[in-house]
Amino acid sequence: MKILVPIKRVVDFNAKVHVKADGTGVELSNLKMSINPFDEIAVEEAVRLKERGVATDVVCVSIGPAQSEDVIRTGLAMGATRGILVTFDGELEPLAVAKALKAVADDEKPDMIFLGKQAIDYDCDQTGQMLAALLGWPQGTFASKVEVDGSDVVVTREVDGGHQTVRLKLPAIVTADLRLNQPRYASLPNIMKAKRMPIDKKPIESLISDTAPRLEILKMAEPPHRKAGVKVASVAELVSKLRTEAGVL
Amino acid sequence: MAVLVLADHDNASLRESTAKAVTAAVLLGGDVHILVAGLNCAPAADAAAKIDGVAKVLHAESPRYEHMLPEPLAVLISSLGPSYDALLAPSTTTGKNVMPRVAALLDVMQISDMMNVLAPDTFERPIYAGNVIETVRSRDAKKVITVRVTAFQAAGQGGQASVELLDAVDTPEISTFVSEELSRSERPELTSARIVLSGGRALQSRENFTKYIDPVAERLHAAVGASRAAVDAGYAPNDWQVGQTGKIVAPEIYIAVGISGAIQHLAGMKDSKVIVAINKDPDAPIFQVADYGLVADLYTALPELETELARIGI
Ligand SMILES: Cc1cc2nc3c(=O)[nH]c(=O)nc-3n(C[C@H](O)[C@H](O)[C@H](O)COP(=O)(O)OP(=O)(O)OC[C@H]3O[C@@H](n4cnc5c(N)ncnc54)[C@H](O)[C@@H]3O)c2cc1C
Repeated sequence: MKILVPIKRVVDFNAKVHVKADGTGVELSNLKMSINPFDEIAVEEAVRLKERGVATDVVCVSIGPAQSEDVIRTGLAMGATRGILVTFDGELEPLAVAKALKAVADDEKPDMIFLGKQAIDYDCDQTGQMLAALLGWPQGTFASKVEVDGSDVVVTREVDGGHQTVRLKLPAIVTADLRLNQPRYASLPNIMKAKRMPIDKKPIESLISDTAPRLEILKMAEPPHRKAGVKVASVAELVSKLRTEAGVL
Repeated sequence: MAVLVLADHDNASLRESTAKAVTAAVLLGGDVHILVAGLNCAPAADAAAKIDGVAKVLHAESPRYEHMLPEPLAVLISSLGPSYDALLAPSTTTGKNVMPRVAALLDVMQISDMMNVLAPDTFERPIYAGNVIETVRSRDAKKVITVRVTAFQAAGQGGQASVELLDAVDTPEISTFVSEELSRSERPELTSARIVLSGGRALQSRENFTKYIDPVAERLHAAVGASRAAVDAGYAPNDWQVGQTGKIVAPEIYIAVGISGAIQHLAGMKDSKVIVAINKDPDAPIFQVADYGLVADLYTALPELETELARIGI
């Protein structure tokens, strides 16, 4: 079984982003970049399936600038078997990403594609679902448990009211939620080994012709900042302030 | 112009998020229709017909739609696409699951978590855990949108829309529902509660949630939330998680107890009207957004709070 794991290079979750003074975008220079945390969970799940003998091949694919090679190497150090870098400079929207990934999938013919449920930069939560639609595959989004059962995969999903379990016919898409697993730290020897593994590179034009954004970004701005209020000295003061000052109790 | 709203429901009843999405749909202009797809979902369809501003309810009955699985549902919705200029759903786990699939079938780039309508093609949405708001203009002829429900008031009741039956669309059975485990709680629903009381890692166990959080929540008729750390550690169920990747809430009072205030948590609650923080660390970042901060050990502060509320008759 082959699992394809698309991964994105994003601003590290600990970094604090700021809007550029002219409001045209976010100031990213000098910020630490990392693998999108949800994608890391997706890689971990695929690697675990490989270690259990369910999967044989785990292929990481990233679409982005040359530096995206770093996150592919993160995946390889965790145990992925191969890497593909689709080069593209700039921001590609989820719809275009899904189209490019469909082209990769048509070529690679994986049995499953594991993605993170959302990228923590644009918080769109779309790519997996879009890719599933384009391929005509079923989707198990927001997964907290994944079990391959013959020619099906059984996915437990985190939903608003609790959990839902669905059975999907392979090939299928799974998008990872936070509690699917706890990704490992790659060992130093594996990090070194990953540095030497070859990565296939192809320009985005070899996969899709239309990369034009459908959404024109008119402006970016920081929301009004909340100001710190007051410290109260006691529970009684807190309750009294909520009643009389805030008028909410 | 006509707008279709996908109803979020459990067949027997309509979720409040639907009426909030209707408010956003009305702002787009034109006729607003609601699609209620399910099994034995006539009660939900009838409830949808009563929402103010709704011109028509489309009611689709099929075992395939009972659990709102995205594979058949997206085909049904996209088949209705030609009649609509915009397709909306509340940004609940159902809406988030289904709508991008619809968008791809219609070759549209979705606008996720839309929080403000500036024009029928121009919207605001949060990115980077709500630290940045982007204004986007969609060049797509048709819009597909998920609606951040905390950003819109629920539309009123009093409408009298007609209900029209819709045939199911045949699709291959590539997915089936197996089971569902919904947490039962007497507490109000997290995303619509007037007061939310959330506990963090400092609670240390599920028992402590019951022992310390519950009695106060009971008095305040508050919904109970949690940080990711508390959920990951098993102190609270997953559907209590508030934050960038959990639920977005904007109650009148949000009380964060033993929560440090990581940006991913703030993303889910910083639009609350009044924020209260109880934390023993005076430098905890949560105090930077709290209107009222109490530096205290929660294990003494919460019982005191319960007693104080009881004393004043709450
Ligand atoms: C991709 C990603 C997504 C995430 N999504 C979310 C999300 O949706 N929601 C979310 O909440 N987090 C999310 N996180 C996690 C987030 O970064 C924080 O790790 C998490 O919010 C911390 O939870 P906490 O505040 O309960 O724990 P901690 O940060 O450990 O804070 C515990 C707090 O309790 C206080 N405390 C300890 N003992 C007591 C006591 N006896 N009395 C009073 N106070 C006490 C401490 O001073 C401290 O401030 C996400 C992280 C990532 C990487």
